[in-house]
Amino acid sequence: MDDRTAARIRANPKFQLLERTRRGFGWTLTIVMLAIYYGFIALVAFFPAMIGQSVSGSITLGLVLGIAVILSAIVLTGVYVWRANGQFDELTREVVAENVRELELAR
Amino acid sequence: MIRSVLPVLLALLTTQAAQAAGPAVDAGTRQPTNWTAIAMFVGFVVLTLIITAWAAKRTRSTKDFYSAGGKITGFQNGVAIAGDYMSAASFLGISALVYAWGYDGLIYSIGFLVGWPIIMFLMAEPLRNLGKFTFADVVSYRLSATPMRAMAATGTLVTVAFYLIAQMVGAGQLIELLFGLPYAYAVVIVGVLMILYVTFGGMIATTWVQIIKAGLLLAGATLMSVLVLATFNFDVNALLAKAIEVHPKHGAIMLPGPQVANPISAISLGTALMFGTAGLPHILMRFFTVKDAKEARKSVFWATTLIGYFYILTFIIGFGAIVLVSTNPQFLDASKQLLGGGNMAAVHLANAVGGNLMLGFISAVAFATILAVVSGLTLSGASAVSHDIYASVIRKGKVSDGSEIFVSKVTTVILGVVAIVLGIVFEKVNVAFMVGLAFAVAASANFPVLLLSMLWRGLTTWGAFIGGFVGLISAVALTVLSPGIWTAVLGLSNAPFPYTSPAIFTMPLSFLVCFVVSKLDNSRTAQRERLAFEAQYVRSQTGIGAEGAVVH
Repeated sequence: MDDRTAARIRANPKFQLLERTRRGFGWTLTIVMLAIYYGFIALVAFFPAMIGQSVSGSITLGLVLGIAVILSAIVLTGVYVWRANGQFDELTREVVAENVRELELAR
Repeated sequence: MIRSVLPVLLALLTTQAAQAAGPAVDAGTRQPTNWTAIAMFVGFVVLTLIITAWAAKRTRSTKDFYSAGGKITGFQNGVAIAGDYMSAASFLGISALVYAWGYDGLIYSIGFLVGWPIIMFLMAEPLRNLGKFTFADVVSYRLSATPMRAMAATGTLVTVAFYLIAQMVGAGQLIELLFGLPYAYAVVIVGVLMILYVTFGGMIATTWVQIIKAGLLLAGATLMSVLVLATFNFDVNALLAKAIEVHPKHGAIMLPGPQVANPISAISLGTALMFGTAGLPHILMRFFTVKDAKEARKSVFWATTLIGYFYILTFIIGFGAIVLVSTNPQFLDASKQLLGGGNMAAVHLANAVGGNLMLGFISAVAFATILAVVSGLTLSGASAVSHDIYASVIRKGKVSDGSEIFVSKVTTVILGVVAIVLGIVFEKVNVAFMVGLAFAVAASANFPVLLLSMLWRGLTTWGAFIGGFVGLISAVALTVLSPGIWTAVLGLSNAPFPYTSPAIFTMPLSFLVCFVVSKLDNSRTAQRERLAFEAQYVRSQTGIGAEGAVVH
């Protein structure tokens, strides 16, 4: 892709919307995941007694939280894929369609 | 000298834990030759060799050889990624950790899992949209090709070498135990089979071997977990209560143990595991086997789901082993230790819940696992030499597909022979630190350069080159100065660097050096590289012009 085509797509409002939305969404989810993980590690490192608290019989809070961290990783990636494969890919298609002539010429 | 059975376990363990979880293995504990296991393993080898022959006919271009022609689907690739990640060490090592310490095993497996969402949110799409065969393609996209490829290939080879030595030593020890074969034979068998898969079948064979093995491993672990839970009428509470009752540490197995006693070590190790994943070259390479960013995303989702599910299973298996193995004298020696060492908890459990047939199956799956993982590692090391160094740096891209593949195959054979030799030479080394080192190098050298090259306009060749090497050298140096090598291997007292993993210091250091050097770099080249970010960014965001993409 030559610089003029790149600059043109960069200026496209739909590209800017795509770029801004996706970057915000990606970093938000990253921060959520980091907060969950380092929060869990901090609990383990600084409040180990809480990990052993019983929730129901021998099932402890630590066990429930540990499984919850694993499930949260799966759910967060699922949410990202769902939105990216829908909204983001749709926007990408539109950006490509609006610049199809330049892209053809550039090839 | 403590020799842990499973090298990969080491990734998970501090020295003290390795000593506790993996008692010394000597020739006297070798198992009697297990014919059921050998028969099942031979069955697996025959099947995979047939696949390799099939794949060889379909491997014509470099694109076929390095990236399976980009024809792997998102789901298939997700299974293969999960397969690369669920090494024998994960399976035997984490269940052994749960068996010995309880809750600590869960803490480690979580550290291994949470890198995946980060890869998804920040890296999967630009990586797929910019790369061709190796992650060096991405970092050299707008930066000077020669220094960046040299840097990325060095990072790849160092990571692969440590990981490969660990896997080979682990393979030898595991096979010695499981099949009753001598150590050196086992290492040679693994090396030769791996050379066959990679040289003849390239990425197509490597991927399918990985998919089959991942399926077998997940099926085996699921079956064992169901059998364990069935013993307790699917009452998890009863399983835990019984485990607490019979384990020598009793209630303490539900609490954080010695592995995480030092918060800085815990956080540093967690950092290495989390971001190291995003810098492992054999994992990054898998993103180029799918056709577009959408399939790359699906790959990460399936990989995360399968790996998360698998870690929950290893926890059930570890607790099952506490209840069913530690109470059965059949599996213990005179001092109440597990026969064959601490890492055999899952293997003995297979016998306890499913008899000899299940034991044979799980043993064969563990061997297959090592074979598949070393194949992926070797292919990634070979591609760094043939694609990055030979084709791009030495021949400046003027090279035919045929001669590039030839160089790759020769490199594979050399790497295979080197791996066999190192596997035999390092038989007695504590491999835990090899794996820990591989993750620390990946997190401190490969990951910062890769992430910044994709997301930060300001990165220049000088910044990336110096930052990457500072990360690489500091990670290796601090590991040598840490208790794992300084005290345990070199026999010196008072390790200058007291923590398990250097990543919490070396990864930020690498980012900082990349940033500062790039900011100071005002050469003409640097200015051109910043300008070139625009076109790279548009391609990374939209996939326009990406390898294999079609513009309508």
